[in-house]
Amino acid sequence: MTANPVTPYARKTSPRWVVLVTLAVGLVLPLALFGGVLVLSPLTKPAMVAAFVQEVLGHDPATWPYTTLLTGAFIAVLALVLLTFGAVVSGTTVWWEMRVSSRMQSRIGYNRVGAGGFFQWIADAVKLLFKEDLIPAESDHLLFRAAPYFVFTGFALVFVALPFGESLIAADLNVGIFYLTSVTALVVVGILLAGWSSNSKWALFGGMRSAAQVISYEIPAGIAVMVPVLMAGTLSMQGIIRAQGAWPWQWFAFTNPFATVAFVIFFVAQLAEGNRTPFDLPEADSELVAGYLSEYSSFRFALYFLVEFGNLWVMSAISATLFLGGWQVPFVGPEVYAAARGAGTLPALGWWGLQVLSMAVFVAKTLLVLNLVVWIRWTLPRIRVDQMMTLCWKYLVPFAFVSFVATLLWLILVAQAPVVGPATGIALTVVAALLAVLFARQTRANISAVGDRVDLSNW
Amino acid sequence: MEKLILRRVDRDNEEMVLNFGPQHPSTHGVINFIVETDGEVLKKAVPDVGYLHRSIEKIGEIVGYPGFMPYTDRVDYVAAMFANEGYAIAVERLLKLEVPPRAQWLRAVSCELCRIASHLVSVGTMTMDIGAFTPMVHGLRERETINDLIEELCGARLTYNYHRIGGVAFDMPGGWRDRVLKFLDHFDPFLVEFDRLISFNQLYVKRLANVATIPAALAIDYGLVGPNLRGSGVDWDLRRDLPYGAYPHFKFSIPVGRGWYGTPGDSYDRYYVRCLEMAESSKIVRQALESMPEGEITAKVPRNIKPEAGEALGRVESARGELAYYVVSDGTNKAYRVRARTGSFTAMGIIEDISRGLMIADLVALIASLDVVAPEIDR
Amino acid sequence: MTTNEIHERLRARFGDVVGPLSEPKIDPFCVVKRDAIVEVCRFLKTEPGIELDFLEDETAVDWPKRNVIEVVYHLLSYTIRHGFKLKVEADRAAPSVPTVEGVWKTANWFEREIYDLFGVDFPGHPDLRRIMLPDDWVGHPLRKDYQEAGGWHGISNVRENPLVELKRLDDLKRAEKAAAAPPAPPAAPAAPPAAKA
Repeated sequence: MTANPVTPYARKTSPRWVVLVTLAVGLVLPLALFGGVLVLSPLTKPAMVAAFVQEVLGHDPATWPYTTLLTGAFIAVLALVLLTFGAVVSGTTVWWEMRVSSRMQSRIGYNRVGAGGFFQWIADAVKLLFKEDLIPAESDHLLFRAAPYFVFTGFALVFVALPFGESLIAADLNVGIFYLTSVTALVVVGILLAGWSSNSKWALFGGMRSAAQVISYEIPAGIAVMVPVLMAGTLSMQGIIRAQGAWPWQWFAFTNPFATVAFVIFFVAQLAEGNRTPFDLPEADSELVAGYLSEYSSFRFALYFLVEFGNLWVMSAISATLFLGGWQVPFVGPEVYAAARGAGTLPALGWWGLQVLSMAVFVAKTLLVLNLVVWIRWTLPRIRVDQMMTLCWKYLVPFAFVSFVATLLWLILVAQAPVVGPATGIALTVVAALLAVLFARQTRANISAVGDRVDLSNW
Repeated sequence: MEKLILRRVDRDNEEMVLNFGPQHPSTHGVINFIVETDGEVLKKAVPDVGYLHRSIEKIGEIVGYPGFMPYTDRVDYVAAMFANEGYAIAVERLLKLEVPPRAQWLRAVSCELCRIASHLVSVGTMTMDIGAFTPMVHGLRERETINDLIEELCGARLTYNYHRIGGVAFDMPGGWRDRVLKFLDHFDPFLVEFDRLISFNQLYVKRLANVATIPAALAIDYGLVGPNLRGSGVDWDLRRDLPYGAYPHFKFSIPVGRGWYGTPGDSYDRYYVRCLEMAESSKIVRQALESMPEGEITAKVPRNIKPEAGEALGRVESARGELAYYVVSDGTNKAYRVRARTGSFTAMGIIEDISRGLMIADLVALIASLDVVAPEIDR
Repeated sequence: MTTNEIHERLRARFGDVVGPLSEPKIDPFCVVKRDAIVEVCRFLKTEPGIELDFLEDETAVDWPKRNVIEVVYHLLSYTIRHGFKLKVEADRAAPSVPTVEGVWKTANWFEREIYDLFGVDFPGHPDLRRIMLPDDWVGHPLRKDYQEAGGWHGISNVRENPLVELKRLDDLKRAEKAAAAPPAPPAAPAAPPAAKA
């Protein structure tokens, strides 16, 4: 709703140079990070390092003494880039979430630090760094200090296996999704340690609730993850994406009606794992002050928040990978990549261009799911602990099992009658498109029922 | 302090005793609860009030009758017009004073606008306690306009000091009536949107339905008033049953809880009664503005108010229920005793008995649905 | 029913323990003897036709000149829409009134407040302790002869008038500055007399 008609409040716009600086940094920073990922991810494979040494540096890779050192250097720089990417993506997600929430709440939101408040997260991070680092006297000092690092490790390790593009993955493990599920479980260790070591009753409450929640929701998440694994026949992330196609009716979410159910279950379970409303009981600030974070201050607090917002990106990326086709670009199949690669040992420019395209598609899909997560947070209220447990064990787990078994039967059916696959794909895509259109129309009707109008100039 | 209260709390080995407050994002004001929990389930929640006790009743014996009016704002600063009006009615009864009709109409308009503002705060903070952040901001956005309108009327946004003994202090400024009507035209569909956003949301309903049900007989016995009482199913409203001021001239209905999603008297009923009351208040303001009589805005009151010896009780139907001022006069120009009976005080009394077996999240919902504010409890 | 009618019924039932209705001062009331208050209240609540089921307010007024503390009960009926007002006079030296918490549960907190602020004891009350003030407070503030203790746990509640205090601080600072300044230079330099001479 726009401001009420009686006393509308004036908007202030930023001066021109602020806008320019914001645009500059806002474009250069992601480009630099994505470019780093783009260039360095393929270059960490030994074959590519050898080609690089041969073509670019002019040495013979077998005899050159610094080959392994160069490989190590590439890996180190890539690790640094990925870590920075994680941090920057957390900050940018904070900015996006605050922007969206302020618009949903008829507020102006961040608008001072940078045009549209784009640098507010940097200001917040710097402020948190300067705060006093308090450790409660009666807490367990070692665990209190160590807990944030568990959480951060669990978060940072995920970026190793995220498929940013066709060959843009730091390590294409053949147990990709299994690795991701196990590594994100480190986060719950960190949360529980934080809650327990704070030696505060409210923190303990938050920690216990969170542990119960995350561990419970690992089950339906894990079973729901098995559905695309079954359909793809592999645990590897790139393998799962390659088993899908680029068009919506070729995505796993739409080819198999039970995979749609699994997608919904997975999405809900990821919300719970990331402590997002409607599952943000561990940090329910109207009940527990800040839950397990109550005693943390300064940089340790910042680490938790970094991980929480970065987790949005992670959960969206995994959803996009498993169910929405990942980086698959329409009209570009594997033969196009092979053709563009060229004959030389280092890939040709066209191949790099295709990589950029695939990364753009991946980022777009991830941002779409991320927006959905943010949207849900600011609309729905919180559910209670016992209702959350009921939802998990009485509804999500049985449905996940059913969809798993049904997917097995589905695969047998598809093996017998291959036309069923694309047919259901197209049918479900049409249904989804119809639902989207109906949703848009209803939203428009709601807005005009209140006497308002759709006004995008208020951005 | 906690040790003294813990005498009443039976300790077992596995139970935790916690302080829920006094500084807490959720309790509405500075209130403390000593809760004894077994995991998430409460065994007992003992309220511990008095953090905001400012001895207003003692001050009433010192400052004289007109001088006490600003202090009445602080008895309930969320719905201050009613506090003003109650005291004014009590002293006017002592003086046997007739308030001119325009003043009564102005009192009704300002009070009903204040009721909408207070319910917006109450309903908004309740939704925020349940975890939905957006409805509260929407409600406060509307409240900003009401604050601006009342600021045009009397100069203050929160503690109004608008009513006087014998009438009101200021008349409507030029164009104010049109601005109020324009706001109400914007506000009525807002309530529909608000309901669509949160009131019928199943997550929200499941948090509140059948939680902390207070049956009607218990509500009367514990002295609950206002939306708490009506939410339990008792059809009682001072504006209709013991009418005062200009209310006999307006047509409005009284929403009574009937278990929309659960049993009558649960937290959802108390919440939804407030939502419906906002729509009714909007109707009253429209009728009052339309039928506003001309005339004086205050009766002739001597400068030095010296009522003859006696006692009077002045009641109003505040946003939180019945707010009654009991004023005892001994013939001098200072009151002998001023007593403010507030709805939140008795609402706190019921929490200890109702909260057995609730979860902590439900305790938050209960406190929010009873709409207690600390200044009313402690005065 | 009007107040007179209720009073008639009370008198008829209880006789002399119920005092006469005060002359119509704005709110008429009647004084009930202390020992009968619980019976009277129970009658007023349960008697069909009266059914005063809502204890609207229970408070106290301190009359040191008459040497009583009055406990005032305002009653209201939701079903019949009438009200009534009762008073009990308690001896100021050792005020004690039987509790009506068994009749209306709402009296629980009202009586705690009266105990806290007036010092009236309510025998039979399940949990009579202070409610607004801390448990170890001394005195009952709403009594007319209440003297503040000057502090509580080391926090003083006596404060000098800020104008007086600030002036004192200013004078102190000025005196310090005057004492610390270097001594004034000699009144007349020696040069002009030498030049003249």
